[in-house]
Amino acid sequence: MGRFLLRRLVHHLVLVFVATTLAYVVASIALDPRSRYEGRNPAPPPAAVDAQLSAYGVNDKDPLIERYAHWMGGVLRGDFGTTVTGGSINDELWSRALVSLRLLVIGSVVGAVIGVLVGVVSAVKQHSFTDRLFTAVSFVFIATPVFFTAVLLKLGALQVNEAAGETVLYYTGYETPGLEAGFWDTVKDQVAHLILPTLSIALGLIAVFSRYQRNAMLDVMNSDFVRTAQAKGLTRRHALYKHGLRTALIPMASLLAFSLGTLVVGATFTEKIFGWHGMGEWVVDSITRDDINVTATVALFTAVFVLFSTLISDVLHAVLDPRVRVTA
Amino acid sequence: MSLPIEPFVVADDRAVSGAAGTTGAPDYVVFLGRRRLVLARLRRNRAAMAALVLLVLLLVSAFLGPMTYSWITGASYTDYDVTEVLQPPSAEHWFGTTGIGGDVFAQTMRGLQKSLLIGFLVAVISTGLAAVVGAFAGYLGGWVDRVLMWAVDLLLVIPSFLVVAVLGRGLGEAGWPVLALLIALFAWMITARIVRGTTLSLREREFVLAARYSGVSAPGIVFRHLIPTMSSLLIIDATINVATAIIAESGLSYFGFGVRPPDVSLGTLIASGTQSAFTFPWLFLFPGGLLVLTTLAVSVLGDGLRDALDPGSTRRARR
Repeated sequence: MGRFLLRRLVHHLVLVFVATTLAYVVASIALDPRSRYEGRNPAPPPAAVDAQLSAYGVNDKDPLIERYAHWMGGVLRGDFGTTVTGGSINDELWSRALVSLRLLVIGSVVGAVIGVLVGVVSAVKQHSFTDRLFTAVSFVFIATPVFFTAVLLKLGALQVNEAAGETVLYYTGYETPGLEAGFWDTVKDQVAHLILPTLSIALGLIAVFSRYQRNAMLDVMNSDFVRTAQAKGLTRRHALYKHGLRTALIPMASLLAFSLGTLVVGATFTEKIFGWHGMGEWVVDSITRDDINVTATVALFTAVFVLFSTLISDVLHAVLDPRVRVTA
Repeated sequence: MSLPIEPFVVADDRAVSGAAGTTGAPDYVVFLGRRRLVLARLRRNRAAMAALVLLVLLLVSAFLGPMTYSWITGASYTDYDVTEVLQPPSAEHWFGTTGIGGDVFAQTMRGLQKSLLIGFLVAVISTGLAAVVGAFAGYLGGWVDRVLMWAVDLLLVIPSFLVVAVLGRGLGEAGWPVLALLIALFAWMITARIVRGTTLSLREREFVLAARYSGVSAPGIVFRHLIPTMSSLLIIDATINVATAIIAESGLSYFGFGVRPPDVSLGTLIASGTQSAFTFPWLFLFPGGLLVLTTLAVSVLGDGLRDALDPGSTRRARR
């Protein structure tokens, strides 16, 4: 299993490098930081604009290879360059990354776990009212984009807050600014701020996972080895949950890897709508502001996150499916 | 011809049935073509039928709605009546008015037109591209296959939302067909792999071998034999791609990276409605609700098509 994971790690590292390079190249070609200096009155001298852009490493008159090598060299040393306003990217990077990671990790875990549970219940009680209800709701949530769900949740939170007379559900920011409290109170405050954004991401994930889990579980329920286990004398429940569930979970590991891309995009919408200062909000702002370095940095972060999560899902796959460990 | 309770299909080939009554087969044996059977199965799926009706309704209201609406109420997409700012839904303005006096219904219908057009265009382009690339890769094998699959892997790695957003920003003035092309460029890869897999199993079938030995060229075999055989897979995929394309386009437009003003799409309408979602909910709920309805209808229809074309996918748990 070690060799299997090592091979996958190398494979993913190459992909991270390729993805970041492509993102940098595309951003350099399509974004135009020079336009930030146009239309100013009095117009700054071209030489000064060029010098400024070169200092930031985004001068379109410098050869692309040079700019890329300069930026990549910096990255390998841990320096991600400067934004178009001259600030250092490193300063903001870690705080924003932590904010985003909080949302992504908790959202994906909650979404996956509850999705699996819903799928199992749906399959075991196939064609019952519960199953039909879950299926219909899943379809609706798969069809709803994250930004719509997020704003609807905000609307709902407003009603709840008004009905309760006090702020029960927070819908702005990831913590109350200026809160001076002990450790547990801070944790409680942050959890309270997490509820709505996590729900926004998790609901879509739950819908997708429950559909696939239901199908996988139904396949398992019809399979021969479950029937054999029951013939041996196990109760249906014992046979299903001890033997069947593990087999039904195997496709979920692959699904987790596939759903990461949508998860990150969904987190971007959620951050923007709930006012979380994370990587998603940063990249949207930076594309609007023609900031090449930040865009490439966030692409790198996304690729690394996808790498780690794919590795975790590979590990899960190996844990659940012994055939992977043997053949690798 | 009305169907008996559960027709027993003997063959797809009408030639087998010959003239009426000469086969000697009993009356309850009915010979049906595959298309009739698929359509019958689809018709029995009530959810899919409801979705189809809803989709037709949405198409009609999106493309014929504005004309009818301006005939009924006199309001149209370009009218800005500053005396009626931010009015709730009423008889003259079915969905209310916006902050500068525009009519929400007319704008929403126009946005729906754009979103539907982009969705269908993306689905057609991406499914077509996936079919061609996948079939050629699977059929020709060798280095063609390796190069094409390497390109597929590369495109799968790229963070597509980011790249389309950046490119969309750079090419924004080129209009929505370019946007549709961009979205389609990043949507075809997974289907291409599935098509390649199916082609690999189809390659050794007799009809393909017969075509090859009669001297049909490789492109001829791909376009005239392989792709039509996979048409059911491609239809399902195209339908589901419409839903994902509409969501992708509205997501991009929401941030301003997709359809640009003065063009409207459902994404831009939802974005401008979000700020006032608390105080003037009709600005947000109508475009958003229509978006959800459209995507839901297309998804349910696609699911119904998949069940109709491949009934083995509906499972019954045996107790």
